Amino acid sequence: MPVLLDPEVDAVTAGGDLRPLHLRPRYLYVVFVGGVLGTLARWCAGELLGGGGSWPWATLLVNLVGAFCLGLLLEALLRRAPDRGWPRLARLHFGTGFLGSFTTMSALATEAVLLADRSQWWAAGGYLAVSLLGGVALAWCGVLLGSRLAEESA
Amino acid sequence: MNLVLMAVLGGLGAVCRFVIDAVVRARRTGDFPSGTLLVNVLGSLLLGALTGLVLREGVDPDVRLVLGAGFCGGFTTFSTASLECVRLVQAGRAGLALGYLLGGAACCLAAAALGFFLLA
Repeated sequence: MPVLLDPEVDAVTAGGDLRPLHLRPRYLYVVFVGGVLGTLARWCAGELLGGGGSWPWATLLVNLVGAFCLGLLLEALLRRAPDRGWPRLARLHFGTGFLGSFTTMSALATEAVLLADRSQWWAAGGYLAVSLLGGVALAWCGVLLGSRLAEESA
Repeated sequence: MNLVLMAVLGGLGAVCRFVIDAVVRARRTGDFPSGTLLVNVLGSLLLGALTGLVLREGVDPDVRLVLGAGFCGGFTTFSTASLECVRLVQAGRAGLALGYLLGGAACCLAAAALGFFLLA
């Protein structure tokens, strides 16, 4: 019998709570706490890496690391356990909450617009290209590593 | 104090993203991740406008920290969008993945530029 930390979900299997996830306070709370921590972690990365001249290093690093970690986390969870109980809490807290808030699309878009506004077209284009292609590539690497780790530990 | 507000608004942004994505997902069929796209475009529009207000209209930079780095940062997400592209490719929808990647980025850029140049 696995340890279940989420009686609200397990009630579903017993014919209990059938509300969708986003209407259940428990999950909203878990996403909220993850979002608070992810936002703080992103701010810390910005403080550590600074403005760094014209190239937005902090956002780039945060987005690439976050994309890799999300691929790794969600793939490992998907392969290891059904989406209920603690795996669902982990997915919503670390995935939707923490990594979702840690990474940011609005800063990426706005920083690219600011670079273009200063006529630094190459920097703007390069920043976008490296972010988008790097994000997909690293998310894919995360997925591959996640599936391998799940297989090894199975 | 502003840091606490920023973090709390980041958490609220994450909750808003979670709810909007779930509502959009429930109303739409098909593979296209329109929930994440909607969230990212709205957040980019807001951050673009906030940045314009701070840089050109002399609004207190703390507003950008709290609402921009806090709410917009927590609301929008890059990692989910990247992973959604990977999932589309894995599902054999490489063309849709490319369209989502480039089209999504173009929409977010346009929204941020609109906010930065027009709303501020």
